[in-house]
Amino acid sequence: MPHDDVTVQVDGLTYAYLGHSPVLRDINLRVLKGEMLGIIGPNGAGKSTLCKALNGLVPHFYGGTYGGTVTVAGMNVMDHTVADLSLKIGLVFQEPTNQFSGVSTRVDEEVAFGMSMMGFPRDEMLSRIRESLRQVGLEGLEDRSPFELSGGQQQRLAIATVLAVRPEIIVMDEPTAQLDPVGKTEVLETMRALNKEGYTIIVAEHEIEELATFADRIVTISEGRIILEGSTRDVLTRVPELKRIGVDPPSVTELSQLLAAKADLKPDKYPVTLDEAVTLYRNLLGGAA
Amino acid sequence: MSLIDAQDVWYSYGRDVMALNGVTMKIEREETIALIGQNGGGKTTLAKQFNGLLKPTRGQVLVKGVDTRKVPPNRLALTVGYVFQNPSHQIFSSKVWDEVAFGPKNAGLDPQEISERTKWAIEAVGLSGLEQTHPYDLDYGKMKLLTIASIMSIKPEVYCLDEPTTGQDHQGRRRVAELIRNLNGGGATVIVITHDMRFVAEVAERIVLVAGGNIVADGPTREIFEKTETLAAAQIRPPQITQLARALADCGIRPDLMTIKEMADSIGDKIREGTGRNNGLA
Repeated sequence: MPHDDVTVQVDGLTYAYLGHSPVLRDINLRVLKGEMLGIIGPNGAGKSTLCKALNGLVPHFYGGTYGGTVTVAGMNVMDHTVADLSLKIGLVFQEPTNQFSGVSTRVDEEVAFGMSMMGFPRDEMLSRIRESLRQVGLEGLEDRSPFELSGGQQQRLAIATVLAVRPEIIVMDEPTAQLDPVGKTEVLETMRALNKEGYTIIVAEHEIEELATFADRIVTISEGRIILEGSTRDVLTRVPELKRIGVDPPSVTELSQLLAAKADLKPDKYPVTLDEAVTLYRNLLGGAA
Repeated sequence: MSLIDAQDVWYSYGRDVMALNGVTMKIEREETIALIGQNGGGKTTLAKQFNGLLKPTRGQVLVKGVDTRKVPPNRLALTVGYVFQNPSHQIFSSKVWDEVAFGPKNAGLDPQEISERTKWAIEAVGLSGLEQTHPYDLDYGKMKLLTIASIMSIKPEVYCLDEPTTGQDHQGRRRVAELIRNLNGGGATVIVITHDMRFVAEVAERIVLVAGGNIVADGPTREIFEKTETLAAAQIRPPQITQLARALADCGIRPDLMTIKEMADSIGDKIREGTGRNNGLA
């Protein structure tokens, strides 16, 4: 792969919070421009910490013991402040209200907050507010209170506040974990649309059946280490390894492993999405196409 | 007599908005029920009527034949245990052990019984070894397990669990599912509010779909998962396996399968028949 296309590069990252044993151990990772990368693994595996290491909160905010190198859009994270890095890489938290300033009484003010801290001119701010609210589908709600919004709307607002700064890379730490199905769908669709617009997206996510439909690549983390890494298909079809780590593969993939012997299926033929499964089993059972 | 009998229950948090619009449902002993539906639809408001946390604005709720308005909530809590969605709304002790011991202590049980129940509940949710830990030092998933343990130690007849799988990883989710099966196996009635349909397929015999303050569907899980349009109107998709089953209905697969095992058995049988008939699949 041409080096120019790598936008996030993690080399030998080992990290421990102050007074604790390492939560990340020798992480090596490359993310290409425009890629959608899923990070999966059990709670406590280090997913959140890895997300924070990409935008510099680790180590700049948390301190601790840090080894290795993280380079984001050509910047070594160690040599730049979190504010500098935020121009290139934005982080969306699991709980949207943790992202809000808490001082804005209107949706548009909340989007403006980060920019006003950075001293953007007013006209530029107004146009960016419009643009980022459009990107997340919140146009028309400018004068609402952030705290009156539904869960899915709050999370999309959190994404808009990150977009306003126009980063190239967006990192999301379990952005749908606290949402109902409507909210989950809204946020996943927003993610998909942003990726289509060219943003690089890195997302820690438990919704594997959803991830299977749109992630380009997946890494699995367990006890601070990357265990599996590859294309979405390569990773999700490794059913026994996923279960050993404590991750459920998509139902249709797990089904196919159970049927492997009877149906003479090799793992590389396992479906990872519903559509793939329908096609495969219709063929197998002799149904009309 | 039903265990819980909600009769034409209306409920309003303020003057303007009705959160429940005349809900009627009965819950029988040892049922496992999933309350599903969009947030804001009335699931939690309905569940809170079952243990008297909320009292109907109009209509009535009978628990074992007694009107919830006539029993103080702390007495009702011994029969119907409620686990809140947000663990920080429930947790107030500084140690895991104390949190779980509070219920039986408050019920006036003797020290040995308190200790046995506390130990049992902590073990059942997999938090052994963390007895002296501060609840807020637990991760979100474990905190939710702790709130379940703190209700288990009261040994209520009915459990209302509000989104027990939110924030859980797959191991936590499996543990909650196993816990519900064990509690139900021991004779408890379990009502679970959840958005996770794979989880519903694993633990609940009955689904009650709540939307706009009304019950829009109520029946055996398998039957409700077949009501595609009703579910879609509430933006709910049945489990992936059920969606696959429906797409394979004209290949002779039952359209109401819910679990991976059911589907594997069903396709396995078809393959065996097929190979017998035309020696080859592709």
